[in-house]
Amino acid sequence: MSSRAFKNPISESAPVRLTLIFIVLAFLALFVLTPLLIVFKEAFGKGSGEYVAALQEPDAVSAIRLTLLVAAIAVPANLLFGVAASWAIAKFEFRGKAFLITLIDLPFSVSPVISGLVYVLLFGANSFLGPFLKSYGIQVVFAVPGIVLATIFVTFPFVARELIPLMQDQGTGDEEAAISLGANGWQAFWYVTLPNIKWALLYGVLLCNARAMGEFGAVSVVSGHIRGLTNTMPLHVEILYNDYNVVGAFGVASLLALLALLTLVLRTILETRYGSELSAGQKH
Amino acid sequence: MEIRVEKIRKEFDLYPALHDVSLDIKSGELIALLGPSGSGKTTLLRLIAGLEQPTQGRIFFGNEDASYKSVRERNVGFVFQHYALFRHMTVAENVAFGLTVRPKAQRPPKAEIRRRALELLDMVQLSGLEKRFPNQLSGGQRQRVALARAMAIEPKVLLLDEPFGALDAKVRKELRRWLREFHDRTGHTTVFVTHDQEEALELADRVVVMSQGKIEQVGSSDDVYDRPNSPFVFSFIGESANLPVTVEGGAVFFHGAPTGLSAQRDGAARLFFRPQDVSLADEGPGFTGPVTASRRLAGTRIAEVELGSSEEPCHVEIEVPLDAAASNGSVLSFRPTRWKLFY
Repeated sequence: MSSRAFKNPISESAPVRLTLIFIVLAFLALFVLTPLLIVFKEAFGKGSGEYVAALQEPDAVSAIRLTLLVAAIAVPANLLFGVAASWAIAKFEFRGKAFLITLIDLPFSVSPVISGLVYVLLFGANSFLGPFLKSYGIQVVFAVPGIVLATIFVTFPFVARELIPLMQDQGTGDEEAAISLGANGWQAFWYVTLPNIKWALLYGVLLCNARAMGEFGAVSVVSGHIRGLTNTMPLHVEILYNDYNVVGAFGVASLLALLALLTLVLRTILETRYGSELSAGQKH
Repeated sequence: MEIRVEKIRKEFDLYPALHDVSLDIKSGELIALLGPSGSGKTTLLRLIAGLEQPTQGRIFFGNEDASYKSVRERNVGFVFQHYALFRHMTVAENVAFGLTVRPKAQRPPKAEIRRRALELLDMVQLSGLEKRFPNQLSGGQRQRVALARAMAIEPKVLLLDEPFGALDAKVRKELRRWLREFHDRTGHTTVFVTHDQEEALELADRVVVMSQGKIEQVGSSDDVYDRPNSPFVFSFIGESANLPVTVEGGAVFFHGAPTGLSAQRDGAARLFFRPQDVSLADEGPGFTGPVTASRRLAGTRIAEVELGSSEEPCHVEIEVPLDAAASNGSVLSFRPTRWKLFY
């Protein structure tokens, strides 16, 4: 028997491990934890009374309301779209499938500012569609519809990207079984497909929602920054900050930070509990 | 329920998977579709089920033309290769699925559905496991849940795709015997796909041997093993050796030497025989060559003999008695006792 302890071939020595862990923790503290703490510190900088007042200020309330409204439209829309697209891509063979997948990924590769600009060019005052819609009393750019459109565009890959690999992996066997047992298409979807993808779907919706509420670039271009009307929370934060209203800016920012934390917690729960039922790999 | 497959042709993206296949299946029969991968056996099974549409041809269930009926309308019980059990449902819910998705008017009451599911689980000897989820079952148990689930819709026909493919050897053997008993008890017309000839020969009333999208032979185990009708069937089923020969004036010659065999038709042909169907012949015409390898196989010995010229040698394996002198390099002479020529 050798007197030397067995050395695991793929593990590093203790000092190396400790150093690496320390570096990672230091980075996390510096770049993630400190900014988060500063958000809350500044928000409560003049006491919790000021904090609550900042959030009850009419423009802030309007921004929160608009953000919730936009998310309430964009997220269900992308949920429907994401399920439909991944269903089509995973379960059927058709021409142009690869192109469709690329198209779904487009919002990830285009700068949000550009996507906002596209809507301005498409629906703005000098465009073809803008005046046409305006004659019917519909204002798209610098109004809520434009913000919703831009948000849908930017958040549109999240659900589909989460579902496509999972559904491709699951194949069509379960659906065939359901149909051979007498289920119709809707029953097969409702009783078999949906339960198979529910956790991945929830995960995708969560990410989609976080992005929908936090989107700045695309929304900033189409919004027009009208206080109390077309400002979402991220835009409102910027305006308040430029006005040197630190408590107000960080107060609203703290809500977004809370949303991020909540998303993170739910994400972690989903990943630890249902990791095997979420798509393997392909996490953003 | 009789099934008649009439000149079915199936193409996938212009690549033909089945060429004009016809097959009659009798009511209550247990039929095996046997062939190597790519022979079209699974495609044929899926066409019978209605999971694929034929490019040409028709399929009859009894006297009814079912060719363009959907899988829902055909009322077949299909057991998938990897079972396709619904993982979020319990065993009982899986079995009851076919009844729960029926339209309201035809759906039995809840208690009745449950009773039927438990009854089916009892039939496949899984009583007491109804609350488990599929991932809490062994492979053999999953297989039987899939079977019970397919039986729940009271199918006219039972179709099984590689039913034992994903199981280990011991469970395979048990389930094979069990399926035969199950079939004899329930009397369903049953078609199963397999690439395992032992499974097909042991289990089926008739075996359909397929190759490259065509049916090569249909017959009982004895038929396909003892009277193969094509070189493919002869070499696919069981062990066999084949040699190029010529027939002249009613006698069979190998490399110009008489073999002691006689045939009706003259011309070039291939001679097929099985390793055990030979007798050693020290005198007279026959096949003679040096032993290049020999191995002990349970109660017999297999000798590999090199025949023909040294430029193009043919190696055949024959069974020899244990006491025969068949060490490497010794010369053996033999004559096939049962053989067949394919021209």
